[in-house]
Amino acid sequence: MRQYILKRLLLMIPTLFGVAVLVFLLLRVAPGDIVELKYAGTGAFAPKEAIERERVQLGLDKPLWQQFVSWIWGIVRFDFGNSMWTGRPIIQEVSIRLELSLELAVMATFVAILLSIPLGALAALKQDTWVDYSVRLFSIAGLAIPSFWLGIIIILGFLIIFKWMPPLTFTSFWVDPKANMMQLIWPALAVGYRYSAVATRMTRSAVLEVLREDYIRTARAKGLWERVILVRHALKNALLPVITVIGLEFAFLIGGLVVTEQVFNLNGIGMLFVESITRRDYTMTQALVLLVSFVFIFVNFLVDLIYAWLDPRIRYQ
Amino acid sequence: MANEISVRTGAYPFTTRVQGWLEASLRFVRQRPLGAAGAAIIFIMALSALLADVISPYDPLRNNYAAMLQAPGALHWFGTDSFGRDVLSRILYGSRTALLIGFASSFFGTTLGAILGVSSAYFGRKVDLIIQRFMDLLLSFPLIVLALVVVAIFGTGTTNVILAITVPMIPRSALVVRSSALSLRQMPFIDAARALGFSHRRIIFRHMLPNVMAPYLILLTAFLGQAILLEASLSFLGLGVAEPIAAWGLMLRGAAVEFAERAPWMAIFPGLAISLSVFAFNLFGDSLRDALDPKLRVS
Repeated sequence: MRQYILKRLLLMIPTLFGVAVLVFLLLRVAPGDIVELKYAGTGAFAPKEAIERERVQLGLDKPLWQQFVSWIWGIVRFDFGNSMWTGRPIIQEVSIRLELSLELAVMATFVAILLSIPLGALAALKQDTWVDYSVRLFSIAGLAIPSFWLGIIIILGFLIIFKWMPPLTFTSFWVDPKANMMQLIWPALAVGYRYSAVATRMTRSAVLEVLREDYIRTARAKGLWERVILVRHALKNALLPVITVIGLEFAFLIGGLVVTEQVFNLNGIGMLFVESITRRDYTMTQALVLLVSFVFIFVNFLVDLIYAWLDPRIRYQ
Repeated sequence: MANEISVRTGAYPFTTRVQGWLEASLRFVRQRPLGAAGAAIIFIMALSALLADVISPYDPLRNNYAAMLQAPGALHWFGTDSFGRDVLSRILYGSRTALLIGFASSFFGTTLGAILGVSSAYFGRKVDLIIQRFMDLLLSFPLIVLALVVVAIFGTGTTNVILAITVPMIPRSALVVRSSALSLRQMPFIDAARALGFSHRRIIFRHMLPNVMAPYLILLTAFLGQAILLEASLSFLGLGVAEPIAAWGLMLRGAAVEFAERAPWMAIFPGLAISLSVFAFNLFGDSLRDALDPKLRVS
């Protein structure tokens, strides 16, 4: 097992290297010069010397391979360079926003799990009744409703019914947990609902499948309580595919964060990402894409590990 | 040439083909009412996109400062926005944007992916390895992140949005199509085509691609809903189509949130349009998948 973990971790390096090469090259084959585009974006008049000066300052006058090598060398030392927009170190810009986005991501995952597992199990138990149909409708709607719109509707509902709006300035969990929760639970709901949709459907079909197994019949024949059968025997075995889906759908979560932070005016990684693209802040965009891909790949790896840990039948070589 | 006759449907008279289609459609409606409902919504949406010029009560782009933020009523069924533009007209025209971008990007994405997937399976070995590694690389970006990267490179605007949504679809389509093309590669008729000395291109396009039609169609419909949602998200972020084009995501941007309390209709109707259309495509896609591929059916 230890060997397997090590191998997977090492395999991440070439993948991430590939991502880095791809992003680096893509942003440089872009039509037009980065510095000129940046000035064009701001609408300010820029003399030729100023552009040249900035190019030299950003190291854009050097050959492509040199730029790449120095960028990669920086990453190896955890130095992602400076933002082309603010001029501050990227590590600093990212780290002040990471807490918010991570907390939101964790909360949204909890919302998704709390929604999908009970609802999916319920739908499976009451298969082909109105309960089942409503749950299926609820989950298929979750896939169709954009999380940013759900966010707007939540805000709208509060405004109209309670004349209240979730606070717009971020309070850290460590400063005031209650205020923090009151602010972040709503975007977490908006993201989590969509995130839960596929997992609910997966739970339903997994439970249905497990309920037909021999050991469930045996448990019933023993005269066990239905509740024990469901929780200890059926649900426990049905959880495996659900966990996979929650891991695989992690991309939804990232997409959800990008748009939902915008709605709730949360200054997180998603907001930073959109801003850096709008401002053509290439160094920041590069770093964020690399960060997101890393998290994405790492989560997939974690899911595989949890999978093996939960199911003793699975042994990775 | 003998091996091609069986593939051609043109050998049947026209009326039989129409009857066959009608029967198949009727069977689809009877057996999968939900999918048929989805198809009906898609049909209405397509109709309103086609006839937007005729059925829209107002010009979707004309500002009317005498009628700003008006509540839904007899004159403006869905109300007006902060520029006095008619929300209903903008939604009708918005279905044009959504369908155009949705269809174009999922068509290009699925088709390019299918060609890559089939080629990958057909050539095998090195070609397969290179294509697969590259697809894996693209798959290590979440959908929206890759789309945003493309926007970062080429900028916003309708064509670039189509490109931005097409690119992340390609590896997802290639992956699925390759796996069904792999078994196809072992079929005797491919060997026969090779023995007849047909070119690689001909075998790929005329012999293999037509046989992965089922997964191709399933992917195409599954991507349609996602593409519409992605377009709406990009436009909402200000990184999609540009004002003043009528697009649902764009309608939810800025003023819709700013005036949420005073003019909730500005936020409600475009969102409903997005949700309903994605819902319809998902319903239709799911039913189509069940109908075309019994193996994929879940419980």
